[in-house]
Amino acid sequence: MMIGHIAMRELRTMFLSPLAWSILAVVQFILAWLFLSQLDQYIRLQPQIALMQSPPGLAEVIVAPLFGSAGIVMLLVVPLITMRLISDERRARTLPLLFSAPVSMSEIILGKYLGVMAFLSLMLGLIALMPLSLLLAGSLDLGQFASALLGLFLMLAAFAALGLYISTLTAQPTVAAVASFGALLLLWVINLAGNAVDDSGSRGIFAWLSLQQHYEALLRGIFDSSDLVYYLLFIVVFLVFAVRRLDADRLQH
Amino acid sequence: MDTDTLIDVQHLTRYYGTHRAVHDLSFQVRRGEVLGFLGPNGAGKSTTMQMITGNLAPSEGRVLINGVDLLDEPLRAKAGLGYLPEQPPVYRELTVDEYLTYCARLNRIPGPRVRAAVATARERCGLADVGSRLIGNLSKGYQQRVGIAQAIIHAPAVVILDEPTVGLDPIQIREIRSLIRELSAEHSVILSTHILPEVQATCDRVQIINKGELVLADSIDGLTRRMQHAALRVVLRFPPAVDRLHAIDGVQEVELLEEGRFRLHHAPELNPAEAVAAAAVQHGWGLLELTPEHASLEDIFVQLTRNDVAEEAA
Repeated sequence: MMIGHIAMRELRTMFLSPLAWSILAVVQFILAWLFLSQLDQYIRLQPQIALMQSPPGLAEVIVAPLFGSAGIVMLLVVPLITMRLISDERRARTLPLLFSAPVSMSEIILGKYLGVMAFLSLMLGLIALMPLSLLLAGSLDLGQFASALLGLFLMLAAFAALGLYISTLTAQPTVAAVASFGALLLLWVINLAGNAVDDSGSRGIFAWLSLQQHYEALLRGIFDSSDLVYYLLFIVVFLVFAVRRLDADRLQH
Repeated sequence: MDTDTLIDVQHLTRYYGTHRAVHDLSFQVRRGEVLGFLGPNGAGKSTTMQMITGNLAPSEGRVLINGVDLLDEPLRAKAGLGYLPEQPPVYRELTVDEYLTYCARLNRIPGPRVRAAVATARERCGLADVGSRLIGNLSKGYQQRVGIAQAIIHAPAVVILDEPTVGLDPIQIREIRSLIRELSAEHSVILSTHILPEVQATCDRVQIINKGELVLADSIDGLTRRMQHAALRVVLRFPPAVDRLHAIDGVQEVELLEEGRFRLHHAPELNPAEAVAAAAVQHGWGLLELTPEHASLEDIFVQLTRNDVAEEAA
């Protein structure tokens, strides 16, 4: 109940600033461009594809690369959305409103998180409409599409949880944005180190930590519950950190 | 415990690192009382306010709001609490109505009653005609009122206002003061300020805090009595010798201010004004003026807070 009210206000504030609108527009434009170029490529290669024994479907040729790029674009964009969640309230000194209302710290954090997730889901919906439009002309492997969509959703949820946590650490939204971006990028490429030490064939700890590794499996249509667990753990850990950090505001200054 | 004690603060202590900001503070506020909380800058006023409202955890001590422990059951205690921090916690991008609606919901006012609560709070704080304006575009005074409206929207048992009249014009200040008096009918109010006349105008009781410790806790009546310095100022056309004035019953000390002007110190319980007048008439001193002298709250404030500094230095 309280969570819903906080989420609604968060969403409303987002759309009252031009930031949310410009992010939606820019992301949509860039991904549409990528989508169209993938489609173009598919049409050019179609004669060759038709001759193959097991030809790759639309999902493989268009959806996977599109969502792969979307993941990277979102890596840049999500920190901009999450940066002001708590830091802006801290800077404007509006946190006492929440602290002296009968609302718990977890409700504040979950409310903020749901607000951001509502925004990101909207964005995800807009992105999903592009591959879905292919259904008008052809067929799409809906299983693989759903798996990629789930992957992108989980990854956005993970990005947002980390961004929210970093936003609780500072009173400067820009600092939060830069730090979140840095942390996400590190987690994105951390598997490079993992691959280097991994010669036994088993996945190293660095590879397992990488956001990218788990995402790629889902993009290929492989739904492994360990990937799901990875994302859920990631989200829960950072949300708990955020609650603890906000609670610490009362303990020391 | 008395059920009408709405705020019960027990041995509140707060450290920032090794610095002790508030030390062993205890006080009660009853229903219908306005407590003025005074102190110089950095005395621990805001820290105390933040602890009472759950924005800051105390290092030691307890706070009971309406009989509910703020640390054990924060949600239940905070439901009976309205707080206006030093800087009004308003979202500049929302309109007054949107903001107050959000505050009403945050304070768990049931859905159907939200609209009425918003209308009432707006009415009481003189915000009736700015409901659809953006808070960011309002003047400082109006933002302050929005902050007060937010604090009283859920009709809490306890209202805590940290310097509510800062930045207001004199007319608004008067309105806010009468609003505070009005609030005190059903609520307990704690008012932090360093504007001394404000305390005299609105409060029932006064507490002065200095260096984190309570140095004075008294009712306004007690304070008024305290302010009656036991002294009379007398102006005479034909002044007699000082020792003749001294001889008047009840006069303890005579201070010659200038030609014909005296300050007579006396015991508080024995006012010699009558005897002085009678003596003046009898001896033909030509009595021009006979005034009891008042110390202002400011004098008491300065005296109390400076004493401490002197002690510290010693």
